Amino acid sequence: MTEAVFFYTFSGLAILAALSVAWNRRPIYSVLSLLVFMFCLAALFIMLGAYFVAALQVLLYAGAVLVLFLFVIMLLNLEPEALARMRLFTLRGVGTAAASLLLAALVAILRRPGPAPITPATTIGSVESIGQLLFTTYLIPFELTSFLILAAIIGAVTLARQKSHD
Amino acid sequence: MPSLLFSTPHLAWLMISPTHYVRLSAVLFAIGLMGLMTRRNVLMILLCIEVMFNAANLAFVAYARAWGNLDGHVVVFFIITVAAAEVTVGLAIAILLARQLKTLNADEVRLLKW
Repeated sequence: MTEAVFFYTFSGLAILAALSVAWNRRPIYSVLSLLVFMFCLAALFIMLGAYFVAALQVLLYAGAVLVLFLFVIMLLNLEPEALARMRLFTLRGVGTAAASLLLAALVAILRRPGPAPITPATTIGSVESIGQLLFTTYLIPFELTSFLILAAIIGAVTLARQKSHD
Repeated sequence: MPSLLFSTPHLAWLMISPTHYVRLSAVLFAIGLMGLMTRRNVLMILLCIEVMFNAANLAFVAYARAWGNLDGHVVVFFIITVAAAEVTVGLAIAILLARQLKTLNADEVRLLKW
């Protein structure tokens, strides 16, 4: 019962925040709505027993990615002219139709009952269990992510650097 | 008697199962896609991609719960890493667009269009 209350509270809030992200005209409001969305999802992850993922969600998404977004939006200092141009929404009907089509397909798929899970086990995604899996089965992908991060850092620095010749 | 209460079919929506989470994930993914296709600002498109990433993460964690293993959590870890890398490069490109083309409208960026 309490689980249902918490689930519907956080999922409703997450849906509202996602709609606000998609529809808000000011980028700064969208970023702050995304923050609410991330925290709702972290709560849902905790309800699913994914404690490590919830911590990552708060630390990495809410802590790093959104701060980066805020920095860029404030750095760019969008002029009123740029803001006015943003209000020109083309393809709105097509986009909404495509999204509702996808939603209808997903609902049709999810309404068909699949095979019930064999073990209704309570898996707790603690740091220890995830770390054990990460450093044994998924060791190679885990090491490769460091290359990915390195490439992203170099790419971002190279792209965003002020060039001296222009 | 909670067991009697929950065994009646009208109250199935009170028993939260992983299916509920997967349905929520589908809704959130569709909202993200709608934003992605309707917004023209590059920053907004990146934000909507984040919403879609998170919807996929929720589905992964819900299935990990349903099947009782932790591989879904590890996949979410990798998704978060890739999303961070994507956002870093994407925002660098957005800064470059604003600086050189003086616009953030995705429709006006047609340097490669012939």
